[in-house]
Amino acid sequence: MEKILEVKDLAVSFKTFFGEVEAVRGISFDVHRKETIAIVGESGCGKSVTANSIMQLLPMPPAFFKGGQILFNGEDIVQKSEKEMQHIRGNQIAMVFQDPMTSLNPTMKIGKQIVEGLMKHQKLSQSDARNKAIEMLNLVAVPQPEKRIDQYPHEFSGGMRQRVMIALAMVSNPQLLIADEPTTALDVTVQAQILELMKNIQDKMDMSIILITHDLGIVADMSDKVIVMYAGQIMEQGQTDEIFKSPSHPYTKKLLASVPRLDMNRSESLHSIEGTPPDLYIPPKGCPFYDRCEDAMKICKDYMPDIDNHTNTHYSRCWLNHPMAKSKAEGSEA
Amino acid sequence: MVEPLISARNIKKYFDVGEGVLKAVDGISFDIYEGETFGLVGESGCGKSTAGRTIIRLYDPTDGELYFNGKNIYELSRHEMQEARRNFQMIFQDPYASLNPRMTVEEIVAEPLDIHGIYKNHKERYERVIELLELVGLNDEHAMRFPHEFSGGQRQRIGIARALALNPKFIVCDEPISALDVSIQAQVVNLLKELQKELGLTYMFIAHDLSMVRYISDRVGVMYLGHMMELAQSEELYINPIHPYTRALLSAIPIPDPEIQRNRQRIMLEGDVPSPINPKPGCRFVDRCSYAVPKCRETTPEFEEIKPKHFVACHRAREI
Repeated sequence: MEKILEVKDLAVSFKTFFGEVEAVRGISFDVHRKETIAIVGESGCGKSVTANSIMQLLPMPPAFFKGGQILFNGEDIVQKSEKEMQHIRGNQIAMVFQDPMTSLNPTMKIGKQIVEGLMKHQKLSQSDARNKAIEMLNLVAVPQPEKRIDQYPHEFSGGMRQRVMIALAMVSNPQLLIADEPTTALDVTVQAQILELMKNIQDKMDMSIILITHDLGIVADMSDKVIVMYAGQIMEQGQTDEIFKSPSHPYTKKLLASVPRLDMNRSESLHSIEGTPPDLYIPPKGCPFYDRCEDAMKICKDYMPDIDNHTNTHYSRCWLNHPMAKSKAEGSEA
Repeated sequence: MVEPLISARNIKKYFDVGEGVLKAVDGISFDIYEGETFGLVGESGCGKSTAGRTIIRLYDPTDGELYFNGKNIYELSRHEMQEARRNFQMIFQDPYASLNPRMTVEEIVAEPLDIHGIYKNHKERYERVIELLELVGLNDEHAMRFPHEFSGGQRQRIGIARALALNPKFIVCDEPISALDVSIQAQVVNLLKELQKELGLTYMFIAHDLSMVRYISDRVGVMYLGHMMELAQSEELYINPIHPYTRALLSAIPIPDPEIQRNRQRIMLEGDVPSPINPKPGCRFVDRCSYAVPKCRETTPEFEEIKPKHFVACHRAREI
């Protein structure tokens, strides 16, 4: 399959009054056509910064690129000018945000917000754009689109607003959709509708999706590939089945064990991860999970482990993968 | 037969909103037994938080009776109510908004002690605060600090310490973990469970995260638009849901296992939750229900015990 996005060693920092926050610290991944990849991790792990870097939506300053490349169809978009970016944004890469209320303009009719993009990017006439907008609302299953198009965002429910956001993102058949927590603000029954809608549209349009979420249930439901981020780095990456069936990194294992499942026995205890993620003002030299890891060894404190490939598609970064750590796994001192 | 600690009977809370009456909670009844966790789930706007607040009389009820240890607390005078309040406390959803940013942790945790005049001198007050902080996994170092110096999980611990200050019997936890990261959620849930065992607390746990509610609760009630739709032991509810709404709600939760998720049949609900302002008579779920018959639009179904300890409000509960 064809690669449409390659992120190589991307590093993004923020300059603040107190110093530099290294939000993303050298991450690499690929997105192929029609593929859905999920980025999971806790707040502050850098998943949204990654998404916003691909869209070039980070305010610069305080944000700045420290290194790496983002190749979209082979071209590095980090080097693009704002003007070139405006052409890519909305046309080829589109984004759906978490909060549908704040991402729609409350003073503008829904129709106008969709028509605006169509007229700008596809050079349609007013009436053609309006027809296309109605068609888009129909695609995302907004009932009575001819009537709804002349309403304001406050007249829409949360689920309906998110449908409008998806319609907005879809107007120019983007190759890549970045969905940053698209259903976090929604109720479960509405969430199910929106996820189903995203899958349908993906099938119809051969689109790739980068899905950012903290809900492992959604990951299992939607994604082909999973990236587990922690403190600005990728700790583990693999096919969805590999991550859920044979997680390798202690953080991934803990994360999977810390959510209660509908089909689990209630007497089983929930594994909590003690402590909190490290401060990225002074990122740790070694493995960032060291402080919270039950299997941590001396070496973990000072040296970041390399990538260990478990299969062609599955890798993790952990010293426990090292042949010399085998004895540790069996319980004796390493 | 064990006597319930809390008996709610036909509790109603209406709000006047100009365009009509918003029936946030419209006649719910249930019992909560000592030492158990009673879960309340539902989607936004279903009235679960209003129910929680009405039960401890933070909102004055429109109608209904609430018996705590056999006494109807809705009939107590203001003074009697303050005495009774010692027994029920609340933990709030937003650990950022529910702590006063200008008070130190010590002042926050000691506030209920001050109001009720529990301690004899400052030393006693301080000792009680430290004892409470240690109970929730914090320590004396934290007492002098301000809320902004803490992470979300720690703030929630401060909120829990404050709720425990008066040795309450009953705590309403209103979405206590929704604002926290998954790894921190497990910490707080485990803490709540330990405290329950240690102090013999009774919880009402309000949340929209159904997997978490199932995990923490002994019995679970499902609300929809101000009505209680179904109530059962938590295992029973999740294995044998009867109400069409409960079924749809459960099937909508994604399970973190790709294999199970691929082979699951989902019940898709059409549309959104209707407005609770001036609701129509009949079953509240009728417009989104695939089992609806004309009777459902005419009369509101009774909340009946369909199986032992399994209550359902649905006309067709026995056939579907």
